[in-house]
Amino acid sequence: MKPFTFERATTPSAAAAAAARVPDAKFIAGGTNLLDLMKLQIEAPAHIIDLTKLDLDRIEDTSDGGLRIGALVTNTNVAAHGRVRREYGVLSRAVVAGASGQLRNKATTAGNLLQRTRCPYFYDTNQPCNKRRPGSGCAAIGGVSRQLAVIGSSDVCIATNPSDMAVAMRVLDATVETVRPDGSTRAIPIADFHRLPGSTPHIETALTPGELITSVTLPKPIGGTHIYRKVRDRASYAFALVSVAAIIQPDGTGRVAAGGIAPKPWRVAAADAEMPRGSKDVTTQLLAGAKPTPDNAFKLRLVERTLAAVMADAKASA
Amino acid sequence: MGASASLAIPPSTATVSFEINGKQRQLVLDTRTTLLDALREHLQLTGTKKGCDHGQCGACTVLVNGVRINSCLTLAVMHEEDKITTIEGLGTPDALHPMQAAFIKHDGFQCGYCTPGQICSAVAVLGEIRSDIPSHVTADITARPQATDAELRERTSGNICRCGAYSNILEAIKEVAGEHA
Repeated sequence: MKPFTFERATTPSAAAAAAARVPDAKFIAGGTNLLDLMKLQIEAPAHIIDLTKLDLDRIEDTSDGGLRIGALVTNTNVAAHGRVRREYGVLSRAVVAGASGQLRNKATTAGNLLQRTRCPYFYDTNQPCNKRRPGSGCAAIGGVSRQLAVIGSSDVCIATNPSDMAVAMRVLDATVETVRPDGSTRAIPIADFHRLPGSTPHIETALTPGELITSVTLPKPIGGTHIYRKVRDRASYAFALVSVAAIIQPDGTGRVAAGGIAPKPWRVAAADAEMPRGSKDVTTQLLAGAKPTPDNAFKLRLVERTLAAVMADAKASA
Repeated sequence: MGASASLAIPPSTATVSFEINGKQRQLVLDTRTTLLDALREHLQLTGTKKGCDHGQCGACTVLVNGVRINSCLTLAVMHEEDKITTIEGLGTPDALHPMQAAFIKHDGFQCGYCTPGQICSAVAVLGEIRSDIPSHVTADITARPQATDAELRERTSGNICRCGAYSNILEAIKEVAGEHA
């Protein structure tokens, strides 16, 4: 790890102001992704702002019947919360499908949204990577790309977003609430939070310099059967090859988002509209314009089959 | 690394006070020191092991305020006022923790390197089940989970055993789970 100075933040707005004031500053909360990357010198902040003592670790009801999840609420506490389990089950399911018990106990809600890709070429500092070092090239394109993106990628980056939680947040239409260094706040729809790589794959979110996530809100529950199905190379503690988050109503209408296939949780309005027609029609819309590699073209059929299984489960439990 | 990273800044230190195995400790540490390295290199508590140092193997598992975490993926200076329990704080050779005794009885290890992390993790797993925390294999996410074989296997997947002592580890945890039931 490269040396860094350290401070403990006292309020969210003071943390944001400090991040804007000190060059190369980074926030730390759970630390499970940042410290991993700092040990590899993929991240090398000059200053660390510790958020762990901030009062952002509560889950509260919102006035419109939804839920506000503080930025520092751990993945474990999100998954275990009574209302999340009963009314937003897809979120509980997605969270417990990710990482290990130890990591979920430490990883936070905001940190999960900000976790970096697990593309092996991003992690290997001997390889070019446009995300890690802009303009250096992409070793994944033409490399071993079985795990990588089939849609939403660009000709300079085919990395995937690794989060399970974010896929559920996307299907639930969550909103990310932030505070900026000048003390102003804003709310970013989850659909707009993660950016596609385009020609700037190192810019991954809509956050501006110093901007701090304070909470994630969920709208009023919409009922339906909540399912998160993850397909991976081993039964536990592995990233998704493909995952499907779905909320399906008794009349067959519903919403679907996919993980493991794109640089952001992947949801398409035209695909949601096809839900009553079955998995084939949904997948045609969801994956329209996909550009898989020979290594990962199998993911296209895997999405359809996973969704078919999800729809069958929903029917059985309705 | 890029040009800005080559403008090296000198190492920085910070003070942290925490309680380790019931004893108050204060350390002045390089800010880069992980909780794992603070335990092993500064407090000579070498029971906690460094396996992968990247949160993948679970050998460094300790309890912080009763919650199991990977001590390799957290900075020591982030633990001001925390209460930390390591394998040395769970039991002693003369007064074993029930989980330590069960691992010995069921031969839940071969080389022993992953064992302190396995035991700290196992103690916390039973606590998490009692605290109604669901897992990936919990059939009804709204129901209180039970300490079934499938639940215990899933919940300990963050602890890798290179010797493959998993079946005996499971027997040891089941025995302690039964005592709580």
